[in-house]
Amino acid sequence: MHLAYPAVLAVLLFSVGVYGVLARRNVILVLMSVELMLNAVNLNLVAFDVWLRDTLHAGQALTLFTITIAAAEIGLGLAIVLLVHRTRRTAAVDGVTALGDRHEADTEEVAR
Amino acid sequence: MNLALPILVPVLPALGAAAGLATGRRHPGLARPLAVLPVAVSAVLALVTALQLGTGATLDAATRLAPTGGPEISLALHLDGFSSLISVLVGLVATCVQVYSTAYLKDDPRYPSYAALVSLFTAAMFLVVYSGDLIVLLVGWEVMGICSYFLIGHHWETADARSASLKAFLVTKLGDVPFLFGLFLLGADAGTFRITEVLRTAADGGLDHPTLIALLLLAGVAGKSAQFPLHTWLPDAMAGPTPVSALIHAATMVAAGIYLVARLLPVFLLSSAALLVLAVMAAVTMVGSALCALAQDDLKRVLAYSTVGQLGYMAGALAAGDRQAAVFHLVAHGAFKALLFLTAGVVIHAAHTNSISAMSRIDGLRRRVPDAYWTMGIGLVALVGLPPFAGFFSKESVLTAAEHAAHGEALTGTLGPASAVPAAAGWTVLVAGLLTALLTAAYATRLWLVAFHTGPAAPVAAPADAPYSPEIDEADPAHAEPAAMRWPLWVLAVPTTGFGLLGLRTDWLPRLLDGESLRPGTETMVLGTGAALIGLLLAYAAWRTAGTRAAAGQPATDPGRLLLGPLHGPARHGFGVDRLYTALFVRPTAAAARLVRFLDRAVVETYVRGAGAAPGWLGRAVRFAQTGNAQGYLSALLAGAVLLAVLVAVGS
Repeated sequence: MHLAYPAVLAVLLFSVGVYGVLARRNVILVLMSVELMLNAVNLNLVAFDVWLRDTLHAGQALTLFTITIAAAEIGLGLAIVLLVHRTRRTAAVDGVTALGDRHEADTEEVAR
Repeated sequence: MNLALPILVPVLPALGAAAGLATGRRHPGLARPLAVLPVAVSAVLALVTALQLGTGATLDAATRLAPTGGPEISLALHLDGFSSLISVLVGLVATCVQVYSTAYLKDDPRYPSYAALVSLFTAAMFLVVYSGDLIVLLVGWEVMGICSYFLIGHHWETADARSASLKAFLVTKLGDVPFLFGLFLLGADAGTFRITEVLRTAADGGLDHPTLIALLLLAGVAGKSAQFPLHTWLPDAMAGPTPVSALIHAATMVAAGIYLVARLLPVFLLSSAALLVLAVMAAVTMVGSALCALAQDDLKRVLAYSTVGQLGYMAGALAAGDRQAAVFHLVAHGAFKALLFLTAGVVIHAAHTNSISAMSRIDGLRRRVPDAYWTMGIGLVALVGLPPFAGFFSKESVLTAAEHAAHGEALTGTLGPASAVPAAAGWTVLVAGLLTALLTAAYATRLWLVAFHTGPAAPVAAPADAPYSPEIDEADPAHAEPAAMRWPLWVLAVPTTGFGLLGLRTDWLPRLLDGESLRPGTETMVLGTGAALIGLLLAYAAWRTAGTRAAAGQPATDPGRLLLGPLHGPARHGFGVDRLYTALFVRPTAAAARLVRFLDRAVVETYVRGAGAAPGWLGRAVRFAQTGNAQGYLSALLAGAVLLAVLVAVGS
């Protein structure tokens, strides 16, 4: 099979992921988009591993690592989402902006 | 002889001062013994040193202090008749003042630091008197200056005391800067700072710029000894406590300038121009200050102007080339002027005012302070110069010196040729001295009569705008004369009465000094005493006239106003010298300071503020990007990554 097919598929998957991360408001959907991007990378790893005929199959091994890490990451992410939802009653990314610089008066006070 | 004694003389009061400053706050009870004992022991040691040294002998000892590569600085001791005589005076007056202060400043919370500073001052004065090295002498000279500054500002709660202390410091420093240059020039010309070697070089004609050196040194002497035109600080210095005025601003520190010229007189004799300048300075000072003293209403200011005038006598004697007469008058004046100031302190405590016209309204002031009344009388007679009091002999010796100088036979002794003193200097000093003798008698008589003999029946009106340096005092008028304040008066009255007689026999006082005769000449004796008697009678007549006028219901007048006539107004304000200095120096300086402040605020600070403000605005702009929305950050991150990728792709 030509390398172009999996590569194009990976690009499409990654672009869909980027769009999801940047444009979706729901945190769950953002996490799922992150998974899409990760899997695009996994696809690339596997495809290039095959194409390069690597005897050690480093690409495939790395893919296994990535899947594990992705599972751990999604677990942590979902835990944070749950806590945010419990305390703030919201799952929207643009609703959680407490770390921003919106409290002009407060920061002025601290600067002095 | 044993070197330890003369070394201990300046060291003991200095140690006493250090101990007093260290323990003053925690153990106030120690302050009095720490103040009196070291100074008293030093006074005794100074006397013992003087007796051991004897007459006509000198003692020199030195240890090298700092190898400078140029003229060396050494910790040198030089004792001769002059220094031992003056050190005895300093010890006597300082002890009396310390004892007196224990009572005078009994309730003062700052007494420990006051007493320590007086001790430190005494140490510095001893150092100046004993030093055989010009730089070491300068150290003592400056320590005295700073002690004087602190002590004038003792009552720093009052604006008067603060400004007076600053004025004293600045004016004396104005003289000290040229003085320093004069010392350096002298050291450079002579190749050494040791006084004995400087004098040897001067005698051999080795000095290249004697006139310049003498004039530079004179500036410092004018500042320290309150001679015209730098005399203005001394009357204002009376804002300090009265014992300080007695010790520092009458008996000792102000005499240091005279002592320095006396030590370096051979250098001054090399330059007739410097002697002429000194003579004119002395003449202007003595006549002007005597006129001012006649117009003052503040008791201490009368005495301060009188001090300026008597220092003028000493400077005049030096201008006439006779340092014996100058030092003779210095010691006599030190005794009687310290006595006068100490009695003035008692009277001020009893009357609760400095103003002599206010004292004239108090009934029976002289019965309240009998000791001060009599000792002040003794002091004033000595100041007027009536025989046989000390002031008579010392003033006559000054006038005799001036007369000899006027005839071209100056009493320079072995220091230089008599022709070194210009006759004009002698005439200037002689005429001014006789005029001042008259005026001195007049103001002393006026002071005495107005303060003690006028009574509430015919009081003297106080001039509305008279300069006045009141002191903070809460003393009980009924106990204005405790024993600690009474005994110093009588102790000082002894030399005031008898010291002058020592000058009569050639084997007493003159042997200690240069060995010339100190007997008054017949002509000057007649003229000087006659002038004093005329002044005395004039003042008495004016006082009688004022008394009869007041009894006739006319407005009361000051005898001084009757005597001075149109001069009274200007004389009361020191002939406007202060106003002149304000216009000439103070205002331009203040204007320059305002200009500098404007430039600093408007020009320099603009750059500084701009340097701070620009990053501030930049930071505020960047803060707008920090919205808290994670997706916004990620978008920016992606944009940046794409940009970098494109740049790398294009670049490669």
